[in-house]
Amino acid sequence: MTTYNLTTPISEETIRSLRVNDIVYITGTIFTARDEAHERALEWFEAKKKLPINPSGLCVFHCGPIVRETDTGWEVVAAGPTTSTRMEMFEDKFIEAFGVRVIIGKGGMGFKTAAAMKKFGAVYGAFTGGAAVLAAKTIRRIINVEWLDLGMPEALWIMEVEKFGPLIISIDSTGENLFEMVNTSVEKRRAEIYKQAGI
Amino acid sequence: MQVSFLEDTIVTLLRLAVTDLPQDVSKGLEQALEKERNKTAKSQLGSILENVSLARKQSIPMCQDTGIQIFYLNVGSKFPLIDKLPIIIKRAVQRATKEIPLRPNTVNPILHKNPGDNTGLHIPWINWKIVEGSDLEIIALPKGGGSENVCQLGMLTPGQGLKGMKQFVIDSVIASGAKPCPPTILGIGIGGGADICMKIAKEQLLKPVGQRHANPKIAELEEELLSAINRTGIGPMGLGGDTTCLDVHIDVAMRHPASFPVGLAVQCWAARRASVLITKDGRAQFITHKVD
Repeated sequence: MTTYNLTTPISEETIRSLRVNDIVYITGTIFTARDEAHERALEWFEAKKKLPINPSGLCVFHCGPIVRETDTGWEVVAAGPTTSTRMEMFEDKFIEAFGVRVIIGKGGMGFKTAAAMKKFGAVYGAFTGGAAVLAAKTIRRIINVEWLDLGMPEALWIMEVEKFGPLIISIDSTGENLFEMVNTSVEKRRAEIYKQAGI
Repeated sequence: MQVSFLEDTIVTLLRLAVTDLPQDVSKGLEQALEKERNKTAKSQLGSILENVSLARKQSIPMCQDTGIQIFYLNVGSKFPLIDKLPIIIKRAVQRATKEIPLRPNTVNPILHKNPGDNTGLHIPWINWKIVEGSDLEIIALPKGGGSENVCQLGMLTPGQGLKGMKQFVIDSVIASGAKPCPPTILGIGIGGGADICMKIAKEQLLKPVGQRHANPKIAELEEELLSAINRTGIGPMGLGGDTTCLDVHIDVAMRHPASFPVGLAVQCWAARRASVLITKDGRAQFITHKVD
C-alpha cells in the first residue's frame, strides 16, 4: 500500500511498478469518456481518423460531469466516476489502440480489460463513487471539450488536474484484480451467511 | 397561496436534497467509519465524508448523478392548488436544473433525445397520497442511476416464504457488488403484487437510517438482513470491508395465497432526500433539513 504522485504523460515503466492497493494521485491531463465516446473513438481508429486529442500516456476517466458554461469558459461543478463495467466491451481495444495508462472509474472491470492492462501496461484506479465534489476540487480547469454533440455526460471533457485522487489501484499490470479478490472472498462466505440467516 | 412561493420552495427543497445529505445518513457513515477495520474501506468512507462536508459547505451537488426526480406528496384534501401541483413541480425541476445546477438526466428511450431540463414523459414522477387536513407535505427523492440499476423484483412462491426472501435479498446484494456505490440502504417490500411490493420497497428509502419497524418481527428481519449483508465483506465501493450496508427497511402488504412478491429497492450512500411541510396560508417548514 504505497502512495504515488504521478504526472502525465505516464511511462509504461512507472505503470508497471504499481501494485493492487497502492494509492495514486494524478497531476496533468485526464479526459472523460463514457460508453458513446469509447464507441466513437474506436470507430475513428478503425477508419484511421485522428482523434481530437493524443491519449498516449494519459488517463481516461469514466465520468459524466456536471459542467457550467460561464463568461470565461466551462467550469466543472461535480465530476465523480460512473460504473466502469459498462465500458468492459471497449476497454481492451481502447488501451491497445491509444496507449492510455490509467483507467479511472468505479466498480472495477473484468478479465478482458485486466488482460489488456497486463499486455500493454496500464492500471485501473478506483475513485470513490459519488465523491463528485472531491473530484471537482482537484480539477484546475477544462482544457477543451470535444464531441459535445453526444450530450454533456457523454462528451470528451479534457481536464487539467492537480493531485487528482485518491485512486485505489485495483487492477495492476501483473493481472491482479482487487475486485475479483473481494468477489472470491465474498463467495467463500456465502454458505456461512446463509446458515446464520437461517436459510 | 402563491404559485411562485410553492415553486421557490420546491427549488429550495431540491437544492437541499442534492447538496446536503440528511443528518441520519451522515451519522450512519460516521459510525461505520469508527467501526470499520479494513484500511481501504476506511479511506473510502473518509473520502465520502469529506465529499459530503464539502458539498454541504459549498452548496453544490454531492454527486454528479443528480438522478431522476421523484416526489412523494401527502396532500391535505383542503389544501389549495392541488390540481396545479404537477405543473408547479415540473417548472421547479426545470429551474433547479439551471440554478443548482442538476445534471440533465431525462432521455427519451425511443428517440434517444435529452430535452436538457430533467423533465419529459411521466418525469418528474409524482406519488400522490390524499390525507385529511389542509397541509401539504412534499418529499423529494432524487434517485441515482447506479443504484437503481440493481433494484430487483422477486416473484417468489409462498413455499419459499421469508427464507426465500432473505436469500433473494442476500443473493441480489452479492450479485450487484460494487455497482450501487455501497454502503447502500435497502428498501424491501413484501406482498401486495409485483408493482405494489416495488412501490413499498422504494417508499422505505424515505425512512431515516437507524429507524426500526414498529412491528418487532419485521424489525428483527431488518436487523438480521443488515447483519448478514455486512458479513459479505463487499465493503465500501466493493473494495472490501465491514461496511456494505447502512440500513435495511422493510414493510409489508397482504399477499395473494398463490404469491410471495418481494421488491428490493437499492439506494447508494448518497441517500438524498428532503421534505417540507407547507400550510395552506403559505408557511413552509423543512423537516429533514435545518433552514435559517
